[in-house]
Amino acid sequence: MQHRLEEMWMIVSVGILVVFMIIIGYQTFAMGMGPPSHSETIDPQKVEETAPFDEPGVFETGENKYEVVMILQSFGFTPSNIEVPVGAEVEFVMTSKDVTHGFQVPGTNINAMVMPGHIQKISHTFDEPGNYLVICNEYCGIGHQAMSTTITVK
Amino acid sequence: MEQSLKETIRQDPKKILGVNPLDAKVSLSYLTVAFVSLLIGGILGLVQGLERAGLIDLPSWLNYYQVLTAHGLLLLLVFTATFSIGYLYANLSHALGGLLPKVRKFAWVGFVLMIIGVAMAVTMIVLNEASVLYTFYPPLAAHPIFYIGLVFVVLGIWACCAGVFINYRHWRKNHPGQVTPLLAYFTMAVFVLWFFATIGVTIEVFTLIPWSMGLVETTNVMVGRTLFWWFGHTLVNIWYLVAISAWYVFVPKIIGGRHFSDKLIRLVVILVVVLNIPGGFHHQIIDPAISQSIKFLHVFMSLSIAVPSLMTAFAMFAVFERTGRKLGGKGLLGWLKKLPWGDVRFLAPMIAMISFIFGGAGGIVNTSNQLNQVIHNTMWVVGHFHITVGVSVVLTFFGICYWLIPYLAKRKLTPKMNKLGIIQTVIWTVGMIIMSGSMHIVGLLGDPRRTSDTTYGGHEAAAGWIPFEMLFAVGATLLLIGVIIQVYAVFNMMFFAPKGLTEYPVAEPEDDATPAPMWTERWGLWIVLLLAVVAMAYVVPIVDMILNAPPGSPPIRTW
Repeated sequence: MQHRLEEMWMIVSVGILVVFMIIIGYQTFAMGMGPPSHSETIDPQKVEETAPFDEPGVFETGENKYEVVMILQSFGFTPSNIEVPVGAEVEFVMTSKDVTHGFQVPGTNINAMVMPGHIQKISHTFDEPGNYLVICNEYCGIGHQAMSTTITVK
Repeated sequence: MEQSLKETIRQDPKKILGVNPLDAKVSLSYLTVAFVSLLIGGILGLVQGLERAGLIDLPSWLNYYQVLTAHGLLLLLVFTATFSIGYLYANLSHALGGLLPKVRKFAWVGFVLMIIGVAMAVTMIVLNEASVLYTFYPPLAAHPIFYIGLVFVVLGIWACCAGVFINYRHWRKNHPGQVTPLLAYFTMAVFVLWFFATIGVTIEVFTLIPWSMGLVETTNVMVGRTLFWWFGHTLVNIWYLVAISAWYVFVPKIIGGRHFSDKLIRLVVILVVVLNIPGGFHHQIIDPAISQSIKFLHVFMSLSIAVPSLMTAFAMFAVFERTGRKLGGKGLLGWLKKLPWGDVRFLAPMIAMISFIFGGAGGIVNTSNQLNQVIHNTMWVVGHFHITVGVSVVLTFFGICYWLIPYLAKRKLTPKMNKLGIIQTVIWTVGMIIMSGSMHIVGLLGDPRRTSDTTYGGHEAAAGWIPFEMLFAVGATLLLIGVIIQVYAVFNMMFFAPKGLTEYPVAEPEDDATPAPMWTERWGLWIVLLLAVVAMAYVVPIVDMILNAPPGSPPIRTW
């Protein structure tokens, strides 16, 4: 009796895990919802001399499509206080000039690690107007709590 | 008669003499360090909670990140490691009829090395030379002495590993054809994990020492981070394995029952040992430079650890039901009432087990690619490990104290102390529900972890987090009260409780149980499988990180 129950318990619970994996896999590989995993490197000591980071800023790349080339450093974002129109599809292209930082916009699914030597990319479509808070969510030094900026969508 | 008495003394001296005082001294020394660390770490925890809630302002000579680094190091590393070693060495001594004198020496060498290491690391933190947090991600560069201190801690752990391996091997040689006692089996498993867990981080630290001294110009930050999590998450499962050793072996005896199938228990241990190390990758799900297919493989590797946990959940509740019914519990849930809820030795680990249901569910969220992106580096994660480590593991440890310490000190657990233990358990549980609960919720709202102040100039997105941060402070206050009671209880039982003999509550198998098969003892094979899983998980990404590495990073100090 107990043996049978144990078998059922294991089959059902492992089955749930398998279903879970299938959903995650489908979302990642079929729907393009996978976590930010860009693979491109840069010399962390020559960020400002290397394209595209020699010219950080907000660039329109298509119809309501934007690319934000951004440098993270202790304790700020360049460019900061970004503005984009409602419905803009924005791709952030980021790297760090010094230590490891995090790039998070609360209220959205934007959350990515930004590390020296690596270029990270993450995209988001801003459908709702508003003033979004941007924060660094990885400890980067004594001023970490001050490392924030905003994205205004209007 | 005289002959048989002599025989008993030789075969099982504990039966007549209790614990060997030399072995007890080893364990009690480790436990003393554990609870002193808990007290300091706990005070620092409350300081953080109050600072974060904006209720206090730290003086200029002490900053939040120093406090956080010390809190993490003292509780996550020093408290858990010293408690585990004290407890497991007591188990080993009990199960194998005493430690070999040589092994006792290893334990003392380990003790001294760890104390030296911790003293070095903590001194650097206090001097504000190492505000790099528990994870010390390069290129944040601490003072070289901080890293050298960590090396000493690891050497101390390795000395303890060597001691366990020697004693285990000695017993095996002298008992051919017998399976080792369950307690010794668990101890062996934990120290095998300790050894393989610390290899990654040791390599990392050895690369950071010359780099922090300026002898090497740059370091590979991605490889460092990956090697850290090889250790960091395995450590989590070391705690977990230590906790379940108490669930499987002691809890059934305390409630008056028998332990679950010996074979299943050993199978769970083997699975935890073999599958463990790759779990670390789910800390890097939103990192650059690791492909989505590798990350997906690691979702599988992390979730596979859920399998032995599910087996444990079934086994434990089966033991509870079986025992409760044997004691006369009727109906669907009547057996629950028959469990000794008023016995702290049961109540504390029971709450620990229940909280693991929530902890495990949260863990599945953390390891799932897309969900991880929502909660990564938010307070959710802090809430998660306060319910897993802070309740599932720590309450189990607290529960163990109420029989282990009197046993080692040849004293007794008084009803009054039991009552204090119950009160402690309730305060701890309520404190953690408030703190960890509010951390989970506010994490979903985006509140970041490891940040001293999250007002962000009064931005409206951050304003909603403040009430929850007040709750952290309330929870942390209760938890510090819990720490103080626990530390008092531990030292009272160690030095002042009435003298007497306390039982070592080891559960027996069911009468009709089949003995565990000998193949479970093939540690060589389990280690080969462990290495195979590690290779599957790590070879591709680490080779990629090294071959396609960017120019490295110089040491940077941003505090």
